[in-house]
Amino acid sequence: MKIRIGSRRLAIDGFRIAVGVVLSVMALFMLLPIVYLFNHAFKPYHELFVYPPRFFVREPSLQNFNELAGVTARATVPMVRYLFNSVLISGLAVALVTAVSALCAYPLSKHRFPGSKWLFGLIILTLMFAPEVVQIPRYLVVSRLGIMNTYFGHILPLVAMPIGVFLLKQFIDQIPDALLEAARIDGAHEAVVFFRIVVPICMPAVATVAILAFQSAWGNTETSALYMLDEEMKSFAFFLSTLTNNLSNNVAMQGAAAVAALILFVPNLVLFVILQSKVIATMAHSGIK
Amino acid sequence: MSSKGPAVPFGASPERGLPAVAGGERTETRTRARANPVVRLLADIWAWRLSYLFIAPFMLCFTAFIVVPVLAAVALSFTYYNAIEPPRFIGWQNFQYLISQDLLFLKHALPNTFKFALIVGPGGYVAAFLLAWMIAQMPQALRKWFALAMYTPSLTIGIAMSIVWLPLLTGDRIGYLNSILLKLGLIDVPKLWVTDPSLLMNSMIVVTLWSSMGVGFLAMLAGLLNINPEYYEAARIDGIRSRLQEIWYITIPAMKPQMLFGAVMAIVTTFKTGAIGVELSGQNPTPEYAGHLIINHIEDYGFIRFEMGYAAAVSVFLLVLMYLSNKLSWNLFGEKGDDGR
Repeated sequence: MKIRIGSRRLAIDGFRIAVGVVLSVMALFMLLPIVYLFNHAFKPYHELFVYPPRFFVREPSLQNFNELAGVTARATVPMVRYLFNSVLISGLAVALVTAVSALCAYPLSKHRFPGSKWLFGLIILTLMFAPEVVQIPRYLVVSRLGIMNTYFGHILPLVAMPIGVFLLKQFIDQIPDALLEAARIDGAHEAVVFFRIVVPICMPAVATVAILAFQSAWGNTETSALYMLDEEMKSFAFFLSTLTNNLSNNVAMQGAAAVAALILFVPNLVLFVILQSKVIATMAHSGIK
Repeated sequence: MSSKGPAVPFGASPERGLPAVAGGERTETRTRARANPVVRLLADIWAWRLSYLFIAPFMLCFTAFIVVPVLAAVALSFTYYNAIEPPRFIGWQNFQYLISQDLLFLKHALPNTFKFALIVGPGGYVAAFLLAWMIAQMPQALRKWFALAMYTPSLTIGIAMSIVWLPLLTGDRIGYLNSILLKLGLIDVPKLWVTDPSLLMNSMIVVTLWSSMGVGFLAMLAGLLNINPEYYEAARIDGIRSRLQEIWYITIPAMKPQMLFGAVMAIVTTFKTGAIGVELSGQNPTPEYAGHLIINHIEDYGFIRFEMGYAAAVSVFLLVLMYLSNKLSWNLFGEKGDDGR
């Protein structure tokens, strides 16, 4: 600890500057690979393999974007199809996850129906498990349901997102019962209470769940690898993972892969930057009590 | 369940009548209910039918893709199942083989997972807390940007993460890390960061730690920012001198729920990691099984050897491991001390 000279205020400032320096160094380390990704994506060939390697791009070019498009030019499935699949899957997943989670979280929080405590306990319990662990039985379920090779096979497994229900439920807990009660006395149906009062109040949590749903859908390679048989049903993230096989031994595709990674990464970043304050507001209620 | 108050849906009292539930029907079922607890429960359930309708869509997906797979994994773990013939019950044989004869598991998957989980789990967790705490000391205007910088790496999910790191770790002298270390004279020959079996695990740990400031980190940051500043003032009057004391006696107890949430998230992300080794080294299985984790072992048996019963047994083992780790963090941060349980 610092030796305090004079007022406490002075000591805090000195300490804060030190903390700020440490944080800045950490931030630099965290962001370096990201900055690098942006630079790499715009490097022309002769800069990709130069020795000693240069971090920043000198003559930015769109060569890598063309190369990425060219990879699939002669294939049966064009890259646009993968992108279309990913956009469609992510859009539907976001809409379904938020709607289904909010619908489930409201009664869990505000109705004391038989079994509600037990169900919430079960959801907290599954929060601790990763679906990746039980992918074999999941595969069997998907194949028995007959949704292999359909968009349902992409989306429905993602809809079961316990963390979405959890975050929304914790957020809805903040809404005073008196408010809902007042609406009910005025004759509002539960559906009206839900859509007119609960949903508008918990928009920050809805936005957070939407972001989480988007992240899991947009970057998902698992459903494509396991449940999709036809190439034209697979997602962009999966296409990217096929591009990068053996990337460590082969630098030829690095530029194109960097572009593809950029396409995967930028929507996540943009969404988070837009909704950051809402996410933090939601997370304040995320504690498990 | 018995202490949950009057069996009146949506908190409205019976005198006011209930728009959502047919009034006459309910009073009738309630009189009948006094006689028989089962009838009473059924009546209760019927009265809350709208609530069940609300939760139905989620519960259907939840049951199909989480509850049933977990139960099925437990059931399959006691069988021999190759996906062609129907499963055949073999008792504890899978588990016996797993803990006594499966050399790949005992020599690689298990120790690798322990090393990986012990560093990435608690390490990432403590780092997330410290970073969040440092950010909370910053003036308001800067917090947002620091939080963004720390969280951004976790957005490079899955495959994008490897693409970001591979060129940095490439094994020849063009790799950035090699190039820098060679220039500084710290190494003489380029190191094979992702293909050398003795280095792969370290690379995996660094890359995973880098991307681990995710939801749990944000939760802890939000928890820190929400602590009532009066607590700190009161503590100062009570004689708390250093910042360490402040963290130990005020900060952590005040944000226990978020600490627990963060711990659960850290455990889940740590144990579900598996693809990173394969993606970094570009080989499946990883060179000399250096990056072979339990998740890879499950995939290996499930989707490559098609011994699904055995794979299910491995996943049950992993589920138990995750459960025990969670139990531990629950004991550390769960709110139970007050009523002396």
